[in-house]
Amino acid sequence: MSNTILVGIDGSEGALRALDFAASQARLSNQGLTICYVIEWSPFTFNTPSENEERHRRREEELTRAHSDLIEPQLIRLAQSGVSAEGLVRHGHAATVLKDLGVEVGASSIVIGRKGTSRLASVMFGSVAGSLVQIADRPVTVVP
Amino acid sequence: MHRFNQLSLRLMVLLMSLTLPASALAEAKLDEKINTTLKPLLDAVTSFVFTSFNIGGVGIPFVLAWLILAAIIFTLYFRFINLRAMGLGFKLIRGDFDDPDSVGEVSHFQALATALSGTVGLGNIAGVAIAVSLGGPGATFWMILAGLLGMSSKFIECTLGVKYRQENADGSVSGGPMYYLSKGLAERSDKLKGLGKVLAVMFAIFCIGGSFGGGNMFQANQSFLQLVTVTGGENSWFADKGWLFGLVVAAIVGMVIIGGIRSIAKVTSKLVPFMAVIYVLTGLIIILMNYSAVPAALVSIVSGAFSPEGIAGGFVGVLIQGIQRAAFSNEAGIGSAAIAHSAVKTNEPVTEGLVALYEPFIDTVVICTVTALVIIVTGSYGTGDVSGVALTSMAFESAISWFPIVLTVAVILFAFSTMISWSYYGLKAWGYLFGESKAASNTYKLMFLVFVVIGSSMQLGAVINFSDAMIFAMAFPNIIGLYFLLPVVKKELNAYWKKYKSGELVRQN
Repeated sequence: MSNTILVGIDGSEGALRALDFAASQARLSNQGLTICYVIEWSPFTFNTPSENEERHRRREEELTRAHSDLIEPQLIRLAQSGVSAEGLVRHGHAATVLKDLGVEVGASSIVIGRKGTSRLASVMFGSVAGSLVQIADRPVTVVP
Repeated sequence: MHRFNQLSLRLMVLLMSLTLPASALAEAKLDEKINTTLKPLLDAVTSFVFTSFNIGGVGIPFVLAWLILAAIIFTLYFRFINLRAMGLGFKLIRGDFDDPDSVGEVSHFQALATALSGTVGLGNIAGVAIAVSLGGPGATFWMILAGLLGMSSKFIECTLGVKYRQENADGSVSGGPMYYLSKGLAERSDKLKGLGKVLAVMFAIFCIGGSFGGGNMFQANQSFLQLVTVTGGENSWFADKGWLFGLVVAAIVGMVIIGGIRSIAKVTSKLVPFMAVIYVLTGLIIILMNYSAVPAALVSIVSGAFSPEGIAGGFVGVLIQGIQRAAFSNEAGIGSAAIAHSAVKTNEPVTEGLVALYEPFIDTVVICTVTALVIIVTGSYGTGDVSGVALTSMAFESAISWFPIVLTVAVILFAFSTMISWSYYGLKAWGYLFGESKAASNTYKLMFLVFVVIGSSMQLGAVINFSDAMIFAMAFPNIIGLYFLLPVVKKELNAYWKKYKSGELVRQN
């Protein structure tokens, strides 16, 4: 599985541009794609007992919905353009998950879009692209 | 459905009959009426649970001896698991050994935080003040000791809660003493099957009572009292309007538990830990401000523990106060927390038990001690006949004049989150007895709301006694079961401990 480019996607247009860019790169270098959607989640939050009780079911629902709404349509689109691709959905902090997943699938590089948020917003909330570039142990391409 | 409608109708009528007489005169007398009608009944329940035996002329409630003896036996049986596993427990909370496939499920931290929001409540603020005003500074010593021993009881309960939880068809889980008592004992031997069932039903009944008492009326009562205190005491506009406060709180609780409005519960669950941190930090600041009084306070805690002066019941009296308030606050041996902890996602039940060690530690050894020290170092103790939350408020006020307002917000939030947690515990117990249908659930929830109003309207004495009685009654069936299930926990612990020591556990990150 070393012939793959990892692409982090969300529902945004920037993510689609990143995916298109990664697909063209994959075609040129004869690689496959691994596309991943990360559901923002932290193990260190405070919940009510009933939230905890239903957590397992909600997690399943989140995974199913992400697969059907975000991953599947892209996989179909990629298949039509002749790029072999695999789709994953993970929970966690987006930048950390993508970094770890890069290692796990042995990606040659990681491609993500950026939201183009203002400086203030990224200072306040952090930006996935910014953090990933800082922590990744392999090449990262940020598609504007 | 028909039966439910009838029941809910009756409950509504009861609620209305409590609130309808709206003329000003009737308003003033309403609180009194609720108090006089229910007091004899609650007192009867209380005296039954707190049946005492005499040692040297001092009555010791049997249930307290039962709780503390169990905690000592459990601590010895597991060779001081309460202390030696704190390092491992911390690693587990941090998520060091989490299964990567279960990311997104309920984590150890979340299960602990949820259970803590149920126990950190007025027990830590009002209960401690009661212990210190009745038992003197020495009660703090026994409270801390009882908290440390209680960690072992909590460890066992929560391990069993996860091991014997029931996974429902929709993927949700129901756990707690009802399940480990019935399933666990049946698994031990056929002869115990019947006993397990009886204990489980007993527990469920007491748990419902506890959810109306300590998990509800006590919280409503004390938060109302604090509101009255900061708005002007006896002259406050609120002074005789406990029922009104109760109705407002019941309405908000109702929106969450019946209306299913998540946002309120979500906001509270985020505010409560924040308020707890503010409370502890402020407490520490006040202790530092009075640093010159700290050595004397520590001396009075230790000397008061063994040779108290002027305390009813002497040494034994202090001991009882300390143990009782610690148990009421951290609920170790009571069985309630096992219900909250069982939601965690893990293949190793014992890990949740190890995480749960921190519950009595944070609740009693840290938070209760801060409250006690603030009361003692500010010299608020022994200055009059103030008790409960009013005493704590006075102690904080003597150092930071505006803090009672913050405390009022904290108290109401703590009370609210404890009510939400306990309504869940009670609901699970109710579900165990009557099934988890919507009609059954709503019947319970309506009753729960009625008790919010009752609790706000009654005087502290009767409420606190009944609350204690119901919560402590849960310890009887629960601890009998724990004794039978000790070997099960030991086997789980040994297997896991061996893996931990041999480095077999895969460390994440």
